[in-house]
Amino acid sequence: MALHISTGPHLRAKADTQRLMLDVLIALCPATAASIYFYGIKAVLIILVSVAAAVLSEFVWQKLGHKTLRVNDLSAAVTGLLLALNLPANVPLWIPLIGSVFAIIVVKQLFGGIGHNFLNPALAARAVLLTSWPSHMTKAFLPMRTLLESAAEKGVDTLSSATPLLVPGMTEVKDLLLGNIPGAIGETCKIAILIGLVYLLVRKVISWEIPVIMVGTVALCSWAFGADPLKAILSGGLLFGACFMATDYVTSPMLKLGHVIYAVGCGLMVALIRQFGNYPEGVTYAILLMNIVTPLLDRALKRKVYGEVKQHG
Amino acid sequence: MAEKSNKPTMRGVFVNGLLNENPTFRLVLGTCPTLAVTTSATNGIGMGLAATFVLICSNVVISLVRKLIPDKARIPSFIVIIATFVTIVQMTMQAFLPSLYESLGIFIPLIVVNCIILARAEAFASKNGPLISAVDGLGMGLGFTCAITLIGIVRELIGNGSVFGINILGAAYEPMLLFVLAPGGFITYGLLLGIINALTARRAAKKGGDQA
Repeated sequence: MALHISTGPHLRAKADTQRLMLDVLIALCPATAASIYFYGIKAVLIILVSVAAAVLSEFVWQKLGHKTLRVNDLSAAVTGLLLALNLPANVPLWIPLIGSVFAIIVVKQLFGGIGHNFLNPALAARAVLLTSWPSHMTKAFLPMRTLLESAAEKGVDTLSSATPLLVPGMTEVKDLLLGNIPGAIGETCKIAILIGLVYLLVRKVISWEIPVIMVGTVALCSWAFGADPLKAILSGGLLFGACFMATDYVTSPMLKLGHVIYAVGCGLMVALIRQFGNYPEGVTYAILLMNIVTPLLDRALKRKVYGEVKQHG
Repeated sequence: MAEKSNKPTMRGVFVNGLLNENPTFRLVLGTCPTLAVTTSATNGIGMGLAATFVLICSNVVISLVRKLIPDKARIPSFIVIIATFVTIVQMTMQAFLPSLYESLGIFIPLIVVNCIILARAEAFASKNGPLISAVDGLGMGLGFTCAITLIGIVRELIGNGSVFGINILGAAYEPMLLFVLAPGGFITYGLLLGIINALTARRAAKKGGDQA
């Protein structure tokens, strides 16, 4: 019998980047399907352009830079899809194009590629688009399917309307859950997002702390500010951000305690921006801010190595 | 820096400021005005020339009085001399270029604390003769001007579709507002720094390869 001698680890999980990213893509399927159901061909085009641009720019960058071709790890596809689902349905198609190229080239590859970006690429790109073309990014909310149908009967081609966050009492909880509200194409149908979350939790791709604590913090704060906590949870991009954006491995802390602080920070910033900020929605900026804090959290919470002596001077 | 010990030449000092030790892209000095005023090419060139004027004049005067200033009081003395010229620039600009004066705003008086100027006073003018100090000021000043004008051109083109106020990209272009806002300044500066570093590294590698 051959004795195989080696150092640990001896038990290896089959998880690799590609499998993890595939799991995220699968988890995003319900939200993608819902976006296509509610927004039709416009959503399909945005998703196609965004994913294609992300994958292509990653491929071209790695090819031209003579780098290891890692485009099959699917992370660029995830970035493209996340960005697409964060856009309103009425944006011109060059918006997802520029957004994806910016996300992959500037936010991800220039900092060293996968694992080295300090911001979530899709969110950073969304923030760039929001700052650069605010009219396309906020006023272009396509109204819900029902509104659209009633408008079509009256012979109106298209309608635009405010986000529900600006007009409290505009929507019912049932509509919020199903996604029958204006908003970014992937963030409206909360049930689809929750299905994705359950899948990620069951597959152990993410742990429950970040999404649950972040959403809980927002609920608690909005209750303290005198708003309806349930509607605060179901409005805007909170659930989508908490499930798919804040949980990004690269830009969230490594340790459990770090997760808790990070999630509370995200939730607090969302609530504060919604309540006091100039923007109706603060999920993007809240998560980006905590992305920046992440390296500090990791540093501060680093466990002491056994036997380590504090260096003086 | 090695050149200094074997007596700097006029040409060497000038090229040094313009390229090898370009204050913006090589030394990364004076980043505050670099980021803040480069929202348009005109602002960039205006700021650059104002700083160049102050730099040349302060270098000459500091070089002339360098033996009279006690060592311990040199920084305050430099600041007083620099502030004098900044005041001259500010009043002249207010009188003859009021629109530029408006758009540069607080950053004109802030030239007083521009670290390029203080650095050249401390590192060069206080150790060298007036003529070569003037050349040093000219080289550094033009290096600064070229650099921030370049940043201004990029930011104005992307963020406003124009260069020096002339529309280039046409009416159909929807300007990417980010580039004329603060984050755009950081992104443009960072990208240009990266490109210039990559080019310099490539040139150095080529030179090394030739010698071997």
